[in-house]
Amino acid sequence: MKFKSQSIAWYFFALSLVLFSLQIVYGFVMAFAHVGYDWLHPIVPFNTVRTTHINLLVVWMLSSFMGATYFMVPDECDREIHSPKLAWIQLVSFALVGVVAVAGFHVGWWEGRKFLEIPRPLDYLVVINILMFLYNVGMTIWNSERTSTTVMVLYMGLFSSALLYLPGMISFDHQTVDSYFRWWVVHLWVEGVWELIMGALLCYLLIKLTGVDREVIEKWLYIIVGLTFLSGILGTGHHYYWIGVPSYWLWVGGFFSALEPLAFLGMTIYAVSMYRKSTRIHENRIAIFWTMGCAIMSFVGAGFLGFAHTWPQVNIYTHGTLVTAMHGHMAFWGAYAMVNLAIMTYCLPLLTDKKLKPTITTYLGFWLSNVGMVAMTLAFGVAGITQVYLERIVGLDFLVVQKEIEVHFIGLILAACLFTVGVTLFIADYFRYGFPRFTGPDMRTSTEGV
Amino acid sequence: MLTKSQARAFFVIGTGLFTIIFLGLTVDTLKQIPHLTKQQNMSPEVIKGKHLFDQYNCMGCHTILGEGGYYAPELTKVYDRRGPVFIDMMLQDPEALFPGERRMPKYPFSKEERDNMIAFFEWIGKVDTSGFPKDPPLGKQFIINPTKFQTEQNTTTSTGAATAVKTVAKPAVLDTLCIACHAVGGKGGAIGPALDGISKTRDAKWLREWLLDPAKIKPGTTMPKLPLSENDLNALVEYLSVL
Repeated sequence: MKFKSQSIAWYFFALSLVLFSLQIVYGFVMAFAHVGYDWLHPIVPFNTVRTTHINLLVVWMLSSFMGATYFMVPDECDREIHSPKLAWIQLVSFALVGVVAVAGFHVGWWEGRKFLEIPRPLDYLVVINILMFLYNVGMTIWNSERTSTTVMVLYMGLFSSALLYLPGMISFDHQTVDSYFRWWVVHLWVEGVWELIMGALLCYLLIKLTGVDREVIEKWLYIIVGLTFLSGILGTGHHYYWIGVPSYWLWVGGFFSALEPLAFLGMTIYAVSMYRKSTRIHENRIAIFWTMGCAIMSFVGAGFLGFAHTWPQVNIYTHGTLVTAMHGHMAFWGAYAMVNLAIMTYCLPLLTDKKLKPTITTYLGFWLSNVGMVAMTLAFGVAGITQVYLERIVGLDFLVVQKEIEVHFIGLILAACLFTVGVTLFIADYFRYGFPRFTGPDMRTSTEGV
Repeated sequence: MLTKSQARAFFVIGTGLFTIIFLGLTVDTLKQIPHLTKQQNMSPEVIKGKHLFDQYNCMGCHTILGEGGYYAPELTKVYDRRGPVFIDMMLQDPEALFPGERRMPKYPFSKEERDNMIAFFEWIGKVDTSGFPKDPPLGKQFIINPTKFQTEQNTTTSTGAATAVKTVAKPAVLDTLCIACHAVGGKGGAIGPALDGISKTRDAKWLREWLLDPAKIKPGTTMPKLPLSENDLNALVEYLSVL
């Protein structure tokens, strides 16, 4: 790495990976409960497990985004982080808030609003933390002599994420209004501003890994994020179909969310065509695997599978069933988990100043986790479609249908085992490199992609 | 070919334009929500019920307006589907109602809190949800209408019984309380036995005593003692004794 302060990224990534492992554990608890083995119910009922599973996901992704930012911004702006000390304070306090939130869920300290369960007092701490982060990164960019489109798009993504966290902190007495603004956070994050972050990270990786001219790659980044907002902003309407709002949301949401896969398709075509233009093959091959994997799987999970149930005519049957879980798992894996794992794999040799030969387990980590996730998606898909047919079309009782589809959760557990082995291999590989090490500016990296 | 500044202009103008449209639609939506959701019926009890719903993270397992967890039933229309008596019992002791089934925690709700939640469910059931959840389109084909079925059977054997069936209306309480666990004509739960043809094995006297206190007839039964009104009890016994 070029600058000493970049090494903080390693700790953010490590925190992410720990939380990610924990997320998987909670996933297993839920899958077993679906099959009827809910031994933990008296201590941690399903709502606790589900809330923890989802919030761990959000926290580990944010932690990883922050790590990636602390690595990428000094590199792009050619200077140390404004205040490495503040970055450390921010890391520790972020981890603490995360731990307190998760512990709180186990004693019923939550808001009970899907995806935004973190209780209000902790929300304020999150805001303070994010402000520290934005200040630190902002000052780094501000004081630098040069900056890049990639960094600006990344910062815009991070800044708007922080801004969009606020509507989630307003209290409402009205379920419909509550739901309306809850999606401003959830939808406009994952199908809006997080895509800026993802796009910027992909762009950075492509610049580094393919050696294609920065101007070409960054031009297309604008087109991709432009397409994202073109479809994503009004695409929020697909969450508004059935919540008690005017019916024009049916066609506004339907039309624009049907366009949403375009942004992801754009991302895939973009990555693949840049890769094909590569002027050289980068030595970090596994980082290329994760980067290209992300570009492709995000289209399958977020784009294609989202499209599969986004039309109101279909959604009226599939809304609130396991079909959503099918789309949700692959979408988050393809778009956000994989981009984070890609940036981690790219940064790791630079952070630790080690070039370890990739072993068979390095590649197995990639393949098993991906094959496992595809199989999990299929299990959710079959369970979901069966549920929709029996419950929503034929009209059988909810619990009767749940018994019928238990078998698919056994399939899910098997697939999840495969996935877990893959992720474990990834994590083992991460820690195999050891702690970050700075041995003076690395000229090799500083000439890359300039 | 597109230049970088043109690409940036596409991004900036596109985003700005759609943000403005979105904000405009939001203003209009907020204006329309009160009449679409019958906000005038949102009493203080309903609001308390909504906050209780959040406080206990009901969305962690259930969906409402289709949003939440996929572990437990959709609740938007639960008031119509199950009625206040069932919801009240469920909130008091879920496992007593569904013994040995998927579990819901027993929360320490007071009578007032249960009433608030019931008020909340009653209100949300009347929200204009553009048709969600839709009635199952094949539901009617698969379900045999028990009364009709019985009528056809009986006309061949005894015309007297057929007239009786025709005149006995299906009590509402059967469609809300009983079918949570028992199936009638293929519709309902599978926790207790199906009730079709119950009149062949049980007479009105037995049915009445059973409904009044199941445990008295069969100690250790999982059938709960239901808080039925005298009218409901009469209607049920009358209907079941010809089913």
